[in-house]
Amino acid sequence: MHLRNLFAVVMLSGIYSLLSAGIFVQLDAVDVAFTEAAVGAGITTILMLGTLALTTDTERPPVKRQWLPLAVVLTTGAALIYGTLDLPLLGDPSAPANLHVAPRYIEQSGQEIGVPNIVTSVLASYRGYDTLGEVTVIFTAGIGVMMLLGANRRRKRKKDQP
Amino acid sequence: MRHHLVLRVIAKLLIPFILVFALYVQFHGDYGPGGGFQAGVIFAAGFILYGLIFGLDQVRKVVPPAVVEVLVAAGVLLYAGVGVASLLLGGNYLDYGVLRHDPVHGQHLGILLIEFGVGTTVAAVMITIFYNFAGRGREGR
Repeated sequence: MHLRNLFAVVMLSGIYSLLSAGIFVQLDAVDVAFTEAAVGAGITTILMLGTLALTTDTERPPVKRQWLPLAVVLTTGAALIYGTLDLPLLGDPSAPANLHVAPRYIEQSGQEIGVPNIVTSVLASYRGYDTLGEVTVIFTAGIGVMMLLGANRRRKRKKDQP
Repeated sequence: MRHHLVLRVIAKLLIPFILVFALYVQFHGDYGPGGGFQAGVIFAAGFILYGLIFGLDQVRKVVPPAVVEVLVAAGVLLYAGVGVASLLLGGNYLDYGVLRHDPVHGQHLGILLIEFGVGTTVAAVMITIFYNFAGRGREGR
């Protein structure tokens, strides 16, 4: 599959996100699926389209074929697939991830937090620090976009005023 | 987009439901799937849809950029403020149990407040990014 039309690429990546959201629903990770559908398929697609409107929607053909990136991608992909061979099966109760703190969350969160959605109690309470960090990252991203893209507007307005 | 009658009518019909759904996801996140992050994105999506159909100037009248910029910081401040409040009440940072006499009620209150903070920041950041991306092209040229 080879596409130079970036509009089609953006649409395909949106569809890919929506399909991954479906996979997450199949894996019973509804909260993740929700995020993937809203952010990956929704907002990201809009922002990509906005970027295309600012730049151009056709990729320039490269001067010569580059084999090094292809080799890097193939090697990394092969290493990742090799790594999955060792992973425990999906939903295996004896997997390390299911033995550490997960049983405590499942058994105790009803009495300690009293929220039926365990994902919420983990995100907001047990792992409140991490979520604060995530919100700070989003905050920083917003500030970054304001500084990079909004600077032009501010300067112009200041020039207009006096 | 001024002449797309179908898009305009459908958008007008859908936007109130999108916003109400976002509020449902926000405040029902304790019981069903969802939470502040998803709710913020859906809430922002309602305004972005409005901006796409009716133009950037219209949506900037509805939600002025200055207000959105304040909200970007307000959400993080609310989140961190809940942490400071629990410190002042004698608990650990972000330990919501001390916010009320009953620890479980305190946890409920804390989760509600910080989820609201998350939702506010996420919605405001998404709207800000959209404003900056969409407003860049016409002023730059």
